[in-house]
Amino acid sequence: MTKPSSTTTLAPAALAPISKLWATVGHVLPWAIAIGFFFVAEGSLSIGTQIMIWILFALSLDLILGYAGIVTLGHAAFFGVGAYAAGLFSIHFSPDPLIGHIFAIVVSGLLGLVTGALILHTTGVTFLMLTLATVSLIFEFGNQTRWLTGGDDGLQGMRVDPIFGMFEFNIFGQTAYVYALVVLFIWFLFSWRLMHSPFGRSLDGIRQNSRRMRAIGTPVWWRLLAIYGISAAMAGSAGALLAHSTRFVGLSSLSLLTSGIVTVMLILGGTRKLYGAFIGAAIYYLVQDSTAKINPHFWEFIVGGMLIITVLFLEGGLMDLGRIGRRLISRFRQRSDLP
Amino acid sequence: MSLGFALTILLDGISYGMVLFIISVGLTITMGLMRLVNLAHGSFAMIGGYIAGYLTQGGTNFYVALLVAAIIPGILGGLAEVTVFRPLYRKAELSQVLLTIGIVFVSTAAVTVIFGAFPYPVVFPEYLTKPVDIGFRTYPAYRLFLIAVGGVVAIVLWYLIENSLYGAKLRAAVDNPRMARAVGMNVNVLFTGTFMVGCALAGLGGAMGAGIMSLEPSYALKYVVLFLVVVIVGGEGSFKGSFVAAMSLGIIDTVGKYFFSQAAPYLLYVAVFILLLWRPQGLMPAKSVA
Repeated sequence: MTKPSSTTTLAPAALAPISKLWATVGHVLPWAIAIGFFFVAEGSLSIGTQIMIWILFALSLDLILGYAGIVTLGHAAFFGVGAYAAGLFSIHFSPDPLIGHIFAIVVSGLLGLVTGALILHTTGVTFLMLTLATVSLIFEFGNQTRWLTGGDDGLQGMRVDPIFGMFEFNIFGQTAYVYALVVLFIWFLFSWRLMHSPFGRSLDGIRQNSRRMRAIGTPVWWRLLAIYGISAAMAGSAGALLAHSTRFVGLSSLSLLTSGIVTVMLILGGTRKLYGAFIGAAIYYLVQDSTAKINPHFWEFIVGGMLIITVLFLEGGLMDLGRIGRRLISRFRQRSDLP
Repeated sequence: MSLGFALTILLDGISYGMVLFIISVGLTITMGLMRLVNLAHGSFAMIGGYIAGYLTQGGTNFYVALLVAAIIPGILGGLAEVTVFRPLYRKAELSQVLLTIGIVFVSTAAVTVIFGAFPYPVVFPEYLTKPVDIGFRTYPAYRLFLIAVGGVVAIVLWYLIENSLYGAKLRAAVDNPRMARAVGMNVNVLFTGTFMVGCALAGLGGAMGAGIMSLEPSYALKYVVLFLVVVIVGGEGSFKGSFVAAMSLGIIDTVGKYFFSQAAPYLLYVAVFILLLWRPQGLMPAKSVA
């Protein structure tokens, strides 16, 4: 049912030498902005932290949706479970954030492997429905087990110790910001390496033509299961960041709407580019934040409108604007090179 | 457990299933015919419901309101099919999911801005709100009304699909759209017409079923899972399948609410989960049955 999509160039190796400079700039810029933001925007660091959490979440979705071509609407399950795992761990076992974070990663990763093993042999709409059923089931579980999760009041009463016993989570959110940035950077390096490995290339192949990949001997199901588990663990990590930085976990972190939002972010930024998640999440969050001030429901208009326009006219997401721009520039240059 | 009690639960389940069926039947045909993953179907049901609510609160006759609640979503559906959905048929599933979710967001926001964020009631005629005697006990007239209308819709649709030329074309196009085009059928017109009928039925279902599935801005997103479940469980494009699926889901959900109120929310999803793992193509795939 999926049509073979064209292979997009993977920066930077495949780019022409002229744009090598641009590629370097592209790599440095997001991190420079993130580090600069820490010093400039002292008052609004919590917004920055939120954005990075969503970036990580969208990045995890890019691995399965963008690279492996797994169309899911159930990704919020792993995000929410990671958040609840981190929150419950800090309440019942230990308030140490790093151990709690690892616990959350393991729990959501295992959940990803178990649900993935059950449903990954299906494709298309059936798979989509199974992911919907999964996320709805987990949502209802969170809603019903009030004694454990606090139901729709959310999970309260978390205590979070200072990181390494030194850096306390203060009200200015400096620790939370750096914590989120470091975690995001580690996961980014990991994903970059993974997607440029033979494993990552095989996922690319599976997305384009899974039958042919099977025919040349790729264990398709195992590859998909592996990336599904990894992506789930990563989403859980984003959830843990959310729990630790806000000391609260809301039921909405498990909702279908959350799955929808993260998909919107990724598509808006552009899939299969890793940095697409950065642009998409940041722009989505800022638009939502500023339009919600005008009217609390206005952002839904904007987001819905952006989605419709992106699908109809801008299939590669906002990251494609750069490519379109570069193509225009190079065309302009070629023309000026003429005698 | 007395027989009367069992019958009551059965009637509750059937009336709920009828609403699910009326709303979902359009979706099953569009998904089977156009291979379109349409998450926006709930939006049309919601629009129908709000129109009926607005009109009946203003004192319009209930049946006139129902008619309008079917006609306007039908027209909107036709417009949307020609402008937005048609470019989507050739695109991958992901694009379809995204664009239709976009429509859900926009319609949700529009409804909130126009009608407010609170539940919005449809005013039913007084005789429908009273219980009536059905022999062994009294039973809400509203639920009987749902069963009656649902039954009529099901029979009319069944007759149309099985016996009319339109139905024959529809079945042919679901089975093999390329061949249908090749023998000279205008599949585009068939698509638009069918889409309109589907959206009109969704609007009707949303308006009628407002007593069970209350209207609120989150309606479109909240219930679309249920409608999709009916379609997928029944088998895409399968008319009979979606009827059976809607009835089963209505009854399963009602039984769950009566007997395992704690586990009820899971029951439905667990049932769907197991069923789809057991039969990924649904209960009655269109190509072998309809």
